Amino acid sequence: MTPRFAIGTPVSVRRGNPPGHIRTPYYIRGKSGTVERICGEFRNPEELAYGRSGEPKQVLYRVRFNQKDVWPDYRGLANDTIDVELYEHWLEPAH
Amino acid sequence: MGGLQAGPVERVEHDYQLWEKRVDALMVLLSRKRRFTVDELRKGIESLPGDAYDRLTYYERWISSITSALIHRGTISIEELRAKLADIERRPDGPQVGKP
Amino acid sequence: MMDNIPHTHEGPNPHAPRPDHDDTLTHHKRLEIAVRELLIEKGILTADEIREAIERMDARGPHLGAKLVARAWVDPAFKTRLLKDGSTAADEAGVQMDQPTRLIVVENTPQVHNLVVCTLCSCYPRMVLGIPPDWYKSRAYRSRAVHEPRTVLAEFGTHLADDVVVRVHDSTADMRYLVLPMRPKGTEGFDEARLAELVTRDSMIGVTTL
Repeated sequence: MTPRFAIGTPVSVRRGNPPGHIRTPYYIRGKSGTVERICGEFRNPEELAYGRSGEPKQVLYRVRFNQKDVWPDYRGLANDTIDVELYEHWLEPAH
Repeated sequence: MGGLQAGPVERVEHDYQLWEKRVDALMVLLSRKRRFTVDELRKGIESLPGDAYDRLTYYERWISSITSALIHRGTISIEELRAKLADIERRPDGPQVGKP
Repeated sequence: MMDNIPHTHEGPNPHAPRPDHDDTLTHHKRLEIAVRELLIEKGILTADEIREAIERMDARGPHLGAKLVARAWVDPAFKTRLLKDGSTAADEAGVQMDQPTRLIVVENTPQVHNLVVCTLCSCYPRMVLGIPPDWYKSRAYRSRAVHEPRTVLAEFGTHLADDVVVRVHDSTADMRYLVLPMRPKGTEGFDEARLAELVTRDSMIGVTTL
């Protein structure tokens, strides 16, 4: 499976609140960051949680966000960051 | 849970009790043997009613979830579990930590 | 109850939510016995396997992470490999990771301080640090480390210089993180073993520095 996003690509996390076992934290949904690395392909935990195979494997990314873009009330440096591991189907190109 | 309001971090630590280590072992062994996935266990914990999550300790949550996952998968049945729990209650040497 | 004074306790913690040394057979302890015995009766597990699994986890602890850190401090080529591919480098050093999780080692520098958390549950680099402490799994840590890392660090007695960037790592999937702390001053000429003794678990989670 070819990763859709390259390192350095600006991406946004989809919004939405689908049912089931989701490994995309609420606080990061709808936020934009940059692909820091491509972690590899892994079986989809949303499927594994229901005893399904989780295949085909999904590309997992580490995405880096500026904290001030994540929290409106963030008190820290402008360059403080948070890195989150996110699956490709939760990401779209940032505008 | 990120970003929710919470109090100060209490730097509590405790030496893990044997039963807790056994729960940990069950989690590792049974997922390795494909009796369930860690994802199923996490989902089970997420599905615990709100106050149960806070009332129960970490390993209490995990043994609850392990039990549910095994029942869900048909590895053990509720009847078997009930019978076994009743048996444990009845043991003449009183409630013990269980046969070694 | 929610006084904002951070505190630790010497000895037994009066706020401990559960009796740590209580021999009472609680419902959940009974559940563990029941499940274990049923699985053994069904031939799915053996008592030996369970014992060995416990021993294997008992053998994992911060000394393993410390070994990697100390080696990185003395061997720049190893450090490069460790930062590039933590699992392979750890394996090289005799510390095996558990598939499918992978180790990512993040380096503290004078400009950058790293902090590790798992907001969704309590994922932790068990293979190099052993079982996580209670506070790492607590609601307070998991909620606040991502949102106000500097305040949480201060509660651990860690105060960073004003220009140090804080990077938080939330282990939401199969990556596991280890912080490579900065080597303390005054340790020139220490050998690896002596250096490893200086490395604390908390510095490898990122809540403290050395």
